[in-house]
Amino acid sequence: MDSHLISEFRSIVSDRGLVTAAEQLRTYECDGLTLFRVVPELVLLPASGEEIQAVVKICHRERIPFVARGSGTGLSGGALPVKGGVVIGVSRMNRILEIDVPNARVVVEPGVTNAAITAAVSAHGYFYAPDPSSQVVCTVAGNVAENSGGAHCFKYGVTTTYILGLEVVLSDGSLVHLGSKTMDCPGYDLVGSFVGSEGTFGIVTRITLRIIKKPECTQTLMAAFNSSSEAGSAVSRIIASGMFPAAMEIMDRLALEAAEAAVHANYPNCQALLLVELDGSAREVELLMDQVGPICTLCGAWELKLAKSEAERVAVWKGRKAAFAAVGRISPNYLVQDGVIPRTALPRVLGEIDRLSVEAGLRVANVFHAGDGNLHPLVLYDRRIAGQEQRAMTLAEDILRLCVEAGGSITGEHGIGEEKKQFMPIMFSAADLEAMQRLRSAFDPYELCNPSKMFPGTDTNFQRPIAYEPHPIEKAGLAQRY
Amino acid sequence: MNERQDVLDRAWTDLEAVVGREYVWPASASDAIDGLQPTRIIVPGTAQEIAQVLQYCSSAGLGVIPRGGGTQIGLGNRPQKADLILSTERLNRVIEHAWGDMTVIVEAGCTVEHVQRTVGEHGQRLAADPRWPEKCTVGGLLATAESGTLRIRYGAVRDLVLGVEVALPDGSLIKAGGKVVKNVAGYDLTKLMIGSLGTLGVITRAVFRLHPLPVATASYSASLSSAGEAVRLVLAILDSYLVYTGLQVRADRADHISVDVRVEGIPESLQDQFEKLSKIAAGCTFAEAVRDPWKARQELFATPGSSLICKCSVLPSQIASLCDVVFRHAKSAEVAATLVAQATGVAEVRLDAAPPPSLAEALKNLRAEVNRLDGTLVVQQCPVAIKEALDVWGTVKDAAPLMKQIKDKFDPARMLNPGRFVGAI
Repeated sequence: MDSHLISEFRSIVSDRGLVTAAEQLRTYECDGLTLFRVVPELVLLPASGEEIQAVVKICHRERIPFVARGSGTGLSGGALPVKGGVVIGVSRMNRILEIDVPNARVVVEPGVTNAAITAAVSAHGYFYAPDPSSQVVCTVAGNVAENSGGAHCFKYGVTTTYILGLEVVLSDGSLVHLGSKTMDCPGYDLVGSFVGSEGTFGIVTRITLRIIKKPECTQTLMAAFNSSSEAGSAVSRIIASGMFPAAMEIMDRLALEAAEAAVHANYPNCQALLLVELDGSAREVELLMDQVGPICTLCGAWELKLAKSEAERVAVWKGRKAAFAAVGRISPNYLVQDGVIPRTALPRVLGEIDRLSVEAGLRVANVFHAGDGNLHPLVLYDRRIAGQEQRAMTLAEDILRLCVEAGGSITGEHGIGEEKKQFMPIMFSAADLEAMQRLRSAFDPYELCNPSKMFPGTDTNFQRPIAYEPHPIEKAGLAQRY
Repeated sequence: MNERQDVLDRAWTDLEAVVGREYVWPASASDAIDGLQPTRIIVPGTAQEIAQVLQYCSSAGLGVIPRGGGTQIGLGNRPQKADLILSTERLNRVIEHAWGDMTVIVEAGCTVEHVQRTVGEHGQRLAADPRWPEKCTVGGLLATAESGTLRIRYGAVRDLVLGVEVALPDGSLIKAGGKVVKNVAGYDLTKLMIGSLGTLGVITRAVFRLHPLPVATASYSASLSSAGEAVRLVLAILDSYLVYTGLQVRADRADHISVDVRVEGIPESLQDQFEKLSKIAAGCTFAEAVRDPWKARQELFATPGSSLICKCSVLPSQIASLCDVVFRHAKSAEVAATLVAQATGVAEVRLDAAPPPSLAEALKNLRAEVNRLDGTLVVQQCPVAIKEALDVWGTVKDAAPLMKQIKDKFDPARMLNPGRFVGAI
């Protein structure tokens, strides 16, 4: 990059906010999806909304594409840099600006982590509901970009439900306010449009979100089954009985082995484990939990275990949330998929995945949000064995096609990013995609914000590494993958 | 003038070819929008036909007013053009109720009551309670994004929709979202369409997520003599473990205020909830509501006449200030006022007066005060004369150019509800 430009950027973000050294730039070559890598020209770490605005104005003037980045935990390559572009990281902007407990509103800078919000309001008896597994490190801005979900969104909804207002910098450097602190801001639902746009509409500089009151009582039941299908039928029966659990999760044998090895959650030794979490008024939770057990038993559960203390409950969830990373212990490489199916299709689709897995000669571990039909099949493979990676990718694609055929979606919470853009036509017609492009061109007519992502037919010139390389941060032992 | 007449005459013949002769009706005086008289009502039978009608009108330069049950047809600024009304009434089927998945796919012209009846057979409900559910259609519900009293627990209408099918002005029929409860593939055009007042496209079909019907429901009301007390009580309930599904403040005088609470669940827990409520209420007494207090939003609209109804959105803690402002201005303008506020901070206010000028004056003052609270005021129903004097949506700040861009991309000919939405989009 031209040295005059670099000094211009430096004059805005200072030395602290500028990354130019080749080995440091490599830290930003990928996000949580390490399959694709592009080394950015430059990484900028602005300290304020004004700095972001100033930086984007230069990018606009010079027509330099830019990619916004939070903590880089995304699983679909949304924060993958683009060739010849810069990365604008928001991690230095990590202040909570306002906590308004009576109105249950919090205003934050984009680099605040998801878990930091709950930590800040927990003493008042509140929490921030969307809970992606990476919540300890991922940023709220990243959650906004990806419309992140989590285990509890069956009852509580995903990120978009909780975002009321956004201050954003558009690709021409203009600052606009979408939504407001109050409900029903007149006009188009620009907040709803922006959330989940995967960094292609602009960069978020400030977020107003809603927190909610913690329930009086929460109980988590573990039920051990001989198959995921049995566990799946228990899920359907629980729903049919009129209950509305806070979360329902299934882990199969492979995923359990991995999670147990990693966290010692003390899970029953079984083929499939169902977690059912009920919350609400103490009396109601107790009465309803009395019904959940027998339903599970009726569907084939041979062991029921209620997490009694808060500590036990935390351990149960820690195991579940660490499951992806833990799979790394039982396989050198794996692909995480994120397809969604109508809940009633669970037994059939799980059977099909088993069949595909046998055909491909690859193991598939299943961890999924059963309540909302969001599957997370983990395709295990060894890159060192010739042809396995290609087979794994084909298998992952076949699973996604299966989800769409069952009436579902290719992604429930990870996003399209770089990874699944070629699969968009499986779900959407040319006219559907054209309508999305219209919205994009209203926000970013210059195609500078995270260009080449989300839509098929756009090339990023990414490099595929020849041998597996962990992320530099992983190598340094500072983080593990979720 | 004659040329225009020719275009229209040709249009009716051409549109008859699209939807069938028997579905192009002459419009009557009761179909007028803010005094603007459309010539025809077009009643397509399929989503494809709606898309074709839009494409035709786009190229012929005709102004189209989409209409469902007509319950909110008065919402919006005076249209700049209204050549025809596009009615969705023939698209009135529930396509699929996947009760095991707790989702339902319905056509836009289906009434909310019809949806509720269908899903109710399996003990489920759509957790939305708009005014006049027997007339309000799904399409209208989404176009206006009207959220009712259940919102405090189940979210706004936007949170209940999983996907939509939309006919666009260029004649394409697109699908956004899907039918699964979690889906982040592509842009969320569903959210863009919800609340866009039919200015970007016409919603032809929607997929909703459903909730279980509660086994038991109870509503309690308490009377208070000041808005300050009422709001203190509301905030205490919001900060409690009570699992309410409705929480509302009603006022028809500054010193005559009710707080309504609805709890739902299994019968065994209702008593427990009532005890909790009584403990929170401390000083005042809650009693089982005698009349259904949740109809209050609808009752605001019950008696027509020289009235004005507006939606004020403030923070929950500001509801008391809003009450003060409303009754102060009502008093000085000598108009009667009624307020129904949900604990979300969204309040609906009715002002009554004989001479419209004092209404317009009261409205202007009220909006200024609400804006001072960083809130917004949208006029939902008012005499046409008032619409000529002000923008019913208020002013949209720095996001206005973006909204205009979006409108231009989806409806470049400006034929859908032209001029009716924010900033005369």
